[in-house]
Amino acid sequence: MKKLVLASLLLALSSSVTFADTIKVGVVGPFSGPAALQGKNFQAGINAWLAVNGNTIGDDTIEIVYRDLPAPDPAQSAALTQELIVSEGVQYLAGYYYTPDAMAAAPILEEGNVPMVVFNAATSAIVNASPYVVRTSFTTWQTSTPMAAVARQRGIDKVITVVSDYGPGVDSEAAFVAGFTGAGGEIVESVRMPMNTNDFSPMMQRIKDSGAEAVFAFLPAGPATLGFVQAYVENGLKDAGVTLLAPGDLTQEPDLAALGDNALGLLTTFHYAVSHDSPENSAFVEAASKAIGSASELSFPAVGAYDGMYVISKMIEATGGNQDAAAAVEAVKGLSWVSPRGPVSINPENRHLTQNIYLREVALEDGQYINKEIQTFENQGDPGWKAP
Amino acid sequence: MQTILSIAADALAYGMVLFIISIGLSVTMGLMKVVNLAHGAFAMIGGYIASYATQQMGLPFGVAILAAVLGTMLIAVPLERFLYRRIYGAPELTQVLMTIGITFAIIGIANFVMGPTLKTIALPAQLQGPVDLGFRTIAAHKLFAVAVGIIVAGALWFIIERTPFGVRLRASVDDAAMAGALGVKTKIVYAVSFALAVGLAALGGVVGAQLLPIEPYYALHYMVTFLVVVSVGGAGSIAGALVAALLLGAVQTTGRYLMPEYGEFFFYLAVIAIVCVFPNGLMGRSK
Repeated sequence: MKKLVLASLLLALSSSVTFADTIKVGVVGPFSGPAALQGKNFQAGINAWLAVNGNTIGDDTIEIVYRDLPAPDPAQSAALTQELIVSEGVQYLAGYYYTPDAMAAAPILEEGNVPMVVFNAATSAIVNASPYVVRTSFTTWQTSTPMAAVARQRGIDKVITVVSDYGPGVDSEAAFVAGFTGAGGEIVESVRMPMNTNDFSPMMQRIKDSGAEAVFAFLPAGPATLGFVQAYVENGLKDAGVTLLAPGDLTQEPDLAALGDNALGLLTTFHYAVSHDSPENSAFVEAASKAIGSASELSFPAVGAYDGMYVISKMIEATGGNQDAAAAVEAVKGLSWVSPRGPVSINPENRHLTQNIYLREVALEDGQYINKEIQTFENQGDPGWKAP
Repeated sequence: MQTILSIAADALAYGMVLFIISIGLSVTMGLMKVVNLAHGAFAMIGGYIASYATQQMGLPFGVAILAAVLGTMLIAVPLERFLYRRIYGAPELTQVLMTIGITFAIIGIANFVMGPTLKTIALPAQLQGPVDLGFRTIAAHKLFAVAVGIIVAGALWFIIERTPFGVRLRASVDDAAMAGALGVKTKIVYAVSFALAVGLAALGGVVGAQLLPIEPYYALHYMVTFLVVVSVGGAGSIAGALVAALLLGAVQTTGRYLMPEYGEFFFYLAVIAIVCVFPNGLMGRSK
């Protein structure tokens, strides 16, 4: 262990005095396993950025080193991160799909003199784990909070919350409940569902029995969303006028084709829709679709990765290719640019993105189901973040 | 009262789906004495074929079910000939290692060929809408699953208990050498019953796809549930599997309605209780 630390320090020192030709960026993500689609989106975002901007910054060439972490596994994440720093000699770390993985890797950053750009993991507290963490995705608090305002604007007084029983689900529930009760609404019941629930009919019965006018739901993007939305329609809740409100994880683009007509009209709040109408997004979608192979597999982690690469390029520019994590992170604090998702900036206080959150409605356009943006909440910070 | 009826309807539908998928496994484990952990993978293949047939080729649902069952059997025949035949009568650990390996291979291939996204099976209009039961509405495809479950249970009982093939199958299971000496072609009997079990898996994958959506990790996600149904029911017993599936479906559905935060607690509590009282399963034959 001591030798490893020593080696990493030596490496850090040597690379800050010598001129670096190739700057390695280590990317940790789920490239196989159940969440492989999201890992593929990381890759698509990175490759899209490289295709548009080239892989050189000044005299330096960027090289990406991938490490596969199929399921949330903090110990393995720390091991892979250390291996990237020590034996691959990466100057930047990026990726991290799940919160526990990012948390486990964060303590190594200062020792290794390496900044970490989180492409996805969405728990507010990650940025507090190390001053070298910068995040280009979103937090569940950030995407869930505006939904409370949406519900009140639509004249909804009573809501039941139904969330998957794990960290982000609990965050989402807390964010919505805080926003909704703060705006004078009433939460009639809060239910937490086990992660592996597959038959949602009993849940729908319970929602019906609660007498709520709307249900706020959080489920992680993936297979369970299909059963949930289907049960919502089949048990007559949609027809009965019980509105379904959710953060955009429920209707990520690759799942929309499977959700089909059942999802039409669903309201979700999120930071990015593949259908976002802007020249920046058109260019991004074109490049990322080419990178991933088929436009239908494109989802939100790709834009996190794309913007993450932009941030890393700015860090390399600012440090002239030298390994100096503190200077690199300092350089991007307050950085603002136009992302494919809209205008964004890095909050210097918590190194997290301030960005627009959009209210979207699932619609059918040109034979394709899309998340159509219908309302914008501008410059949203992270309401879930508390200074350490 | 309405709520109770409502939960009962959901429980029946969920239990029947469990039964249809698990009964094939019960046949392989109970009659052929093979711990086939790749059973879920075959259900998944069936689901993929039906999804491809309805979504990409636009075939009607009935044809898609047939294609799924026959297609999966076709894929299973060479597997039986070259892989499974080696593990008949082998120690359970060998069987588990072989079949879990097959499962991982199928997951990888499914991921590569069909992609990591969810696949759905297009239902005909008659099965899509809700049906009014008087006290509530229920999705038509759930009633369809219940009907299929009843037909499968009846047909299987008839085949195993009342046909010459069933006699040969039971004879081969009890004493393969003696059955062979009496002129039963045991290899063919095994191959046919393996194909039958795989076909049932595929049928279950298609009929259950509305509750257990088709994606590459299907093969692993639900394997524990299927194994539990078989061991609680007693391997090889059709009635046992039916009772176990309905009972466990009822426990899980009720638990999900009343106390969702307890998760699978009641499900496994019921399993432990039943296995304590009936170590061979509800209707399993003692060894």
